[in-house]
Amino acid sequence: MNPLHLQENWTALRTIVTKEVLRFARIWVQTLLPPMVTMALYFIIFGGLIGSRIGEMDGIRYMDFIVPGLIMLAVITNSYSNVVSSFFSSKFQRHIEELLVSPVPNSLIILGFVGGGVARGLAVGVGVTLVSLFFSPFSLHSLPVTLSVVVMTSVVFALAGLINGVFARTFDDISIVPTFVLTPLTYLGGVFYSVSLLPDFWQGVSQLNPILYMVNAFRYGLLGTTDLPLGLSYAIIIAFIVGLYLVALILLNRGVGVRS
Amino acid sequence: MSNVALEIRALRKSYSNGFEALKGIDLTVAEGSFFALLGPNGAGKSTIIGIVTSLVSKTSGTVRVFGHDLGREVQEVKRNIGLVPQEFNFNNFEPVAEVVVNQAGYYGIPRPEAWKRARRYLGELGLWDKRKDMARTLSGGMKRRLMIARALVHEPRLLILDEPTAGVDIELRRSMWEFLQDINCDGRSIILTTHYLEEAERLCRNIAIIDHGRIVENTTMRSLLAKLDTETVVLELRAGAQQLPAHDSIRLRHIDELTLEADINRGEDLNNLFQLLDGAGIRVQSMRNKTNRLEELFIRMTQAAESGGLSARGAS
Ligand SMILES: Nc1ncnc2c1ncn2[C@@H]1O[C@H](COP(=O)(O)OP(=O)(O)OP(=O)(O)O)[C@@H](O)[C@H]1O
Ligand SMILES: [Mg+2]
Repeated sequence: MNPLHLQENWTALRTIVTKEVLRFARIWVQTLLPPMVTMALYFIIFGGLIGSRIGEMDGIRYMDFIVPGLIMLAVITNSYSNVVSSFFSSKFQRHIEELLVSPVPNSLIILGFVGGGVARGLAVGVGVTLVSLFFSPFSLHSLPVTLSVVVMTSVVFALAGLINGVFARTFDDISIVPTFVLTPLTYLGGVFYSVSLLPDFWQGVSQLNPILYMVNAFRYGLLGTTDLPLGLSYAIIIAFIVGLYLVALILLNRGVGVRS
Repeated sequence: MSNVALEIRALRKSYSNGFEALKGIDLTVAEGSFFALLGPNGAGKSTIIGIVTSLVSKTSGTVRVFGHDLGREVQEVKRNIGLVPQEFNFNNFEPVAEVVVNQAGYYGIPRPEAWKRARRYLGELGLWDKRKDMARTLSGGMKRRLMIARALVHEPRLLILDEPTAGVDIELRRSMWEFLQDINCDGRSIILTTHYLEEAERLCRNIAIIDHGRIVENTTMRSLLAKLDTETVVLELRAGAQQLPAHDSIRLRHIDELTLEADINRGEDLNNLFQLLDGAGIRVQSMRNKTNRLEELFIRMTQAAESGGLSARGAS
């Protein structure tokens, strides 16, 4: 990035992020509302109806245990799907070309789309947290851990969504990963149970799941309990951010999926 | 170098499916010129424009815009170009003004200034009243004008328009011509592709004809038209003529029963045409010049470049 153009780049970044936020805000009925409704159902069914029979998980009331995981589930899927659908539709409608002909560096295109994805992830995260207050008392063990984990996790999945968007050629391609990879990994990532309940073998397998570390670190931020070392969670999240960012940058620099 | 807006050398492009769309293009567009890039469908015009505007990657060759090399100073190249693409490529679900203001933002123009410019260019193109409407609700001609406003918002020195008047009615086309001429008079260089040869003849001082990925002609409009050694007129007859008289420098042919076309060699007096017709007892009701003189040249040139001719690929 040319330092001479710092002011211009800042304007460009703000433009992209604003445009991305307006995009999902305009269609809030499709983007912001559904996750809150779904999560309210999870709280009622799993937390309220079934949870009351389960009792405690890791020494915590079951309803309270699943709240962090469900917030995280919403943040992850919304960060991801915001970027994948926005990037794909900008290819599909060709307005990605508006960015490609302009002097905006690829790093800023990535930052802009990720900014939009994080904004949607956090907006939904806050919404789901508010919904959870009807079912579970608010608890906050560490604000810095909670905030940093949720923001960084959101960045990870926004970046992943961008990469998916780069490769996507059809509308099917943008729902395959969320359906067959993200949702299963999140469900198996300790949203509904503590992995310490699993047999040793499956505990080992679970530990290969990066989402497990994110959910655990977030739960630690809110409730103060975790099955895994916090430092390891941070290391994994940061490694994913760096790795995915570099992949996205290389793809855009090569013009994969956008330039013939 | 500063007096050259665009310089293309040995430009080649093979698409990923192996198709070679450009087979070594050399082109120079002087600063301040109004330049026509003509060619039949599939000739490679949009491919050239795509490469110059970073939408298509080149296979080999060099492109310079105001002396900046596309390979090494792509940001500078981009800053200097405004593109009106052949196909609509704005976000249909964005309000008209936002399309323009956001584009300004990508070029680092602060919001207040971006709005001022959006107001100016949308105003000049008759779209300011539509600024709050969703882009998709505009008519085809309005969408083209929206893309022109968008291309101008960062005030580029080189404006490239890929068939800007396709699907635009005659009245609007004329006003767009005037608009583009004004812009050109302000010192902006303009490159335009079009299938309306009248448009190129009216607007452009320089012209390149491309066919099958090769430049087949690159000259001034004036010297190109000078190659036209005949003038064609269309004659409407009062009554059908059976026998057409022959003449050395005037060739007559039937278009239909009551219409003739006459090719008259340069330098021949029109009086001779009427003498000829009089002598054969042919009575003319009206006469007009055949328009699109350029069209004939164009067809001749692209046919000379490949003997197959245009008709199979349907040049419009
Ligand atoms: N992405 C692509 N992949 C493969 N071939 C392509 C691609 N884009 C264009 N072509 C081919 O390259 C050739 C040149 O196309 P181009 O769009 O540059 O023509 P054009 O002169 O702009 O034509 P038109 O007047 O119809 O717009 C055509 O044969 C076209 O089929
Ligand atoms: Mg074209």
